[in-house]
Amino acid sequence: MAAERQQGRQAAAAPDSLAIELRGISKSFGPVQANKDISIQVRRGSIHGIIGENGAGKSTLMSILYGFYRADAGEIYIGGRLTPIPDSQSAIRAGIGMVFQHFKLVQNFTVLENVILGAEEGRLLRPSLAKARKALADLAREYELEVDPDARIEDLSVGHQQRVEILKALYRQADILILDEPTGVLTPAEADHLFRILKGLREQGKTIILITHKLREIMEITDTVSVMRRGQMTATVQTAETSPEELAELMVGRKVLLRVDKAPAIPGRTVLKVENLRVRDENGVERLKGIDLTVRAGEILGIAGVAGNGQSELLEVLGGIARGAGSVQLNGVELDLSGKHSDGQSRRLQGIAHVPEDRQHLGMIMDFTAWENVAFGYHNEPEYQKNALLMDNEALREDTRRKMERFDVRPPDCTLAAKNFSGGNQQKLIVAREIERNPDLLLIGQPTRGVDIGAIEFIHKQILALRDAGKAVLLVSVELDEIMSLSDRIAVMFDGRIMGFRDPATTDERDLGLLMAGVDDVKGAA
Amino acid sequence: MQKMPPWADALLVPLLSLLIAFAISSVVIFAIGENPVEAMKLMVTGALGSSYGWGYTLYYATNFMFTGLAVAVAFHAGLFNIGGEGQASLGGLGVALVCLMVPWPHWSLALIGAVVCGALFGALWAALPAWLQAKRGSHIVITTIMFNFIAASLLNYLLVNMLRPVGSMDPATARFPAETNLPGLGEILGAVGIPFSTSTPANVSLFLALACCVLVWVLIWRTRLGYQIRAFGKSEKAAVYAGIRPVRITMYAMLISGGLAGMMAVNNVMGEANRLVLNSVEGAGFIGIAVALMGRSHPFGVFLAAILFGFLYQGGAELALWTKIPRELITVIQALVILFTGALDNMVRQPVEWLFARAGRGAK
Amino acid sequence: MDLTTVLQILDSTIRLGTPLLLACLAGLFSERAGIFDIGLEGKMLAAAFLSAAAAFVTGDVWLGVAAGIFAALLMSAIHGLASITFRGNQLISGVAINFLASGLTVLLGQYWFALGGRTPSLTGDARFAPITLWGAEALREVPVIGPIYYELISGHTALVYVAVAMVPLSAWLLYRTRFGLRLRAVGENPAAVDTAGVSVVGIRFAAVAICGVLTGLAGAYLATGLSAGFVKEMTAGRGYIALAALIFAKWRPWYALGATMLFGFLEAISNRYQNIDLGGIVIPVQFMQALPYILTVVILAGFVGKATPPRAGGEPYVKER
Repeated sequence: MAAERQQGRQAAAAPDSLAIELRGISKSFGPVQANKDISIQVRRGSIHGIIGENGAGKSTLMSILYGFYRADAGEIYIGGRLTPIPDSQSAIRAGIGMVFQHFKLVQNFTVLENVILGAEEGRLLRPSLAKARKALADLAREYELEVDPDARIEDLSVGHQQRVEILKALYRQADILILDEPTGVLTPAEADHLFRILKGLREQGKTIILITHKLREIMEITDTVSVMRRGQMTATVQTAETSPEELAELMVGRKVLLRVDKAPAIPGRTVLKVENLRVRDENGVERLKGIDLTVRAGEILGIAGVAGNGQSELLEVLGGIARGAGSVQLNGVELDLSGKHSDGQSRRLQGIAHVPEDRQHLGMIMDFTAWENVAFGYHNEPEYQKNALLMDNEALREDTRRKMERFDVRPPDCTLAAKNFSGGNQQKLIVAREIERNPDLLLIGQPTRGVDIGAIEFIHKQILALRDAGKAVLLVSVELDEIMSLSDRIAVMFDGRIMGFRDPATTDERDLGLLMAGVDDVKGAA
Repeated sequence: MQKMPPWADALLVPLLSLLIAFAISSVVIFAIGENPVEAMKLMVTGALGSSYGWGYTLYYATNFMFTGLAVAVAFHAGLFNIGGEGQASLGGLGVALVCLMVPWPHWSLALIGAVVCGALFGALWAALPAWLQAKRGSHIVITTIMFNFIAASLLNYLLVNMLRPVGSMDPATARFPAETNLPGLGEILGAVGIPFSTSTPANVSLFLALACCVLVWVLIWRTRLGYQIRAFGKSEKAAVYAGIRPVRITMYAMLISGGLAGMMAVNNVMGEANRLVLNSVEGAGFIGIAVALMGRSHPFGVFLAAILFGFLYQGGAELALWTKIPRELITVIQALVILFTGALDNMVRQPVEWLFARAGRGAK
Repeated sequence: MDLTTVLQILDSTIRLGTPLLLACLAGLFSERAGIFDIGLEGKMLAAAFLSAAAAFVTGDVWLGVAAGIFAALLMSAIHGLASITFRGNQLISGVAINFLASGLTVLLGQYWFALGGRTPSLTGDARFAPITLWGAEALREVPVIGPIYYELISGHTALVYVAVAMVPLSAWLLYRTRFGLRLRAVGENPAAVDTAGVSVVGIRFAAVAICGVLTGLAGAYLATGLSAGFVKEMTAGRGYIALAALIFAKWRPWYALGATMLFGFLEAISNRYQNIDLGGIVIPVQFMQALPYILTVVILAGFVGKATPPRAGGEPYVKER
């Protein structure tokens, strides 16, 4: 059905009006097929969205187009001509520019130096720098792309750094600009600015490919949208002729469960009480600027917000990873925020469990076996000790087998290294480890990032079960849907502060979006 | 991706690396006009053909077990302790002081004192680089290199200016009292009826080294500290999440590492020389790197690799004695082993992985 | 202390500082490109040996220098293969190179010359002669300026002047040219260079090659300028002192000049005086010998001016999104 739609909807465009055509692109990483026989046509002078869940193969496809990876099979046509792209150099020559999700900038270089890097004129720098300075001034005027050319990258905000990436591409005369999840790190205002820039570029005849998993952005700015699912292109449609519901269905492959079935919350006593919590990062920048919140027993408090507004720091300071100042009480007992007991061990002993946002770098050791990971953070638990000196590895393996069975972790082999499990199964292992401790407070960040649909439902059910058992849950997620469907109350964070609290029953995405953008709370505190 | 089976990772790859290293060494021997096969025969008979040869082989191997374990423990914590040389020479200082200054009634008590003091001095010499790494982020590889040189200067000063007996021209301490002389391997084995040469430097420290291999294995794979050391070595960020304290683990791992290196002095200073001389370690600290790499940081691997290098050392000495090949051939072999088992590991590993992947696909 | 003594000490500072300077700049190019190099010692040693051997056989010191550079480049090639091509551990590779040079030089030296690892002494054109700069003889009698010019600035061997010239040259190459920009970028964020369509591997190999050439010069100077022939382990830790100087210099060319000359000065002092009596406090010579290492540890500890190494240093580059 998807294939029919593609043929039906996409007008048979004349070849010369196509900026890019990909035919039959396939790419495997070992046994994982990231791209399966993908074909796509991108019209010149359009904004073409590519949407799909995490891990659907969008970034791989674009990396192939940019010569970062080589496709196993398939052809690339640029402007109607077959153009092999074995490396980034060829992509640049073919007029393709790419803005990666993680910027490729040299932190201690100036903007100018970053812009000319790899596109220098001649062997000496001085003429190149002069030329780039002038070109940047022109580009700034033309597209609202103002940046101080002599500023060092490390001194620029994320939004400005992204502009430098766009400038890099334009300076190289790119006609086709690929942006990979460009708004993930931006504030709504910065995102709006970016969209204005992109529209301006389209008016000048540039072709833009926008990779995202956010439906709202697709609807707002694209002309055409292609949907990817599990490495395959499921459809390409005109944005004007589709709806978010239809796109969501195409992305996921069936009706999305926008609401999780749950019983009403029965909040009890206050478990977590946070007052005027402040955190500075290693550079001395204040990341949390006075947070006040409470979480009660039998309640899920969801923290919404654009990534990078202090949610990670909140989890880290509560989880004992980062140091902070202010007051945090758990069951009425003051927590040590900066002293000897502000570490993960003390927090666990006090009844806080933590499923971290960054599963692969924080939550587990990829080279450790499943059973070693189940002890991770709980390696001092008496039940895992044989005597004062030795750990009881057999008891640990037995416990792991039990947890793997209860949480349906596959394959159920506790001696397998963590890296050999899929993302969803890794997450289930972590959730099992943390929830099975029966903590008073569960901190859980991005519980379903990079997790397949089946595992998402399972993990959501586990979180709700913990709540229904009378425990407190602090949930951080950048997925508004997840926040809306799981939370009993919602707090919105912006720039290290809580902008307001909302009841999920009475709020909507628009209302939350305003708060996420830093617009002051006018509805009053909850 | 089809992964290699663990046995291939633990055995096949190091063995292949070793083979390549030996093949190149043979080419070197051939190039300097000698016969590699004859040289190998000479080395085997010289090092393993008699209990005399075995005695020397095991004496060297004892040194390398200590320094190899030292490097291995630090490796598990993700730290590259290149300062075994300095830590072992400080251990020598500790052993010398305790042997000279305490009137020991019996060697067994002296041994305990020397173990404690040697380990303590070695650990102390590792403590400052460890602390600087943990607290100030100073690269431990560079600081431990620097500490090797500082140790050399310090010992030079102490031996020349303070510890040298009056009237002696030799920059070395006085001989240790006879009560501190450790029983040799020949005596020990002779006591249980096994004939073994009594004129070799191998001594009771060999058993101490073997015990250390077992203890390090228990430490790394069976204790909480070992678990924390391994977790920290794999990912510091994750370790912090789990409540493992980086400063503490860095300190513990390096203190244990330095202590192991320092204990080497029981073998060479107390067991063999009976006095502390200049440059007593003679590069054993660096060989520890090769031994740990070769042994994949596993105590049993370290044990085997130490025996191998002990064999190379004794065999190399025999070569130098009977042929025109200088002892430095061993340095070349050692370099090649470090190169292929360490730095060029991927060069050996990738083809093996590829072969297994192919075989895996073929099976399906 | 009179002027003559001071001049003599400073003169030997320059002579002893020169190999450190060349090796330090060598390390600078490598590490600025993100390749840690603790194998400077081994490269210098290999170069010293082969330059002395070639100079002895051919009787031409410049052929000796060429051979020295060749030897150091071979070692660099191994380092590049291990740490760039096969993404191995750069530190371990460096350790291996140090041993390889230490063993091979004696092995080959014994095979070729049978002098226990030494090369025969170099005489005549087989070693560098001092160069008397223009006007040095004439100015010699002028008070103060004369002796300074004659003793200190004039009268060194060619490689000393080459080494000093390398400082502005390196600074220019690093900060004023396209190659320098790319080299520094590769050491900070190789992904930025890769996505800009420039080969990370190419730049890194170029840097490692430059490192080889400079360590080649350093080693050749040791055997044919500072001494007259090769002796076993003649580098005597200079590669590590150069490494220390590199940290001391915070990976910058002009600072490298200062750091290496300071360390050269310390060596000159400890060569000249057994113990230094500073008004009752006697500083033993061993302390002077250890001082470069102690100073480097202090700098590394960050109590006096933090030294931040290149961000991508020591990490093999692996493509990722």
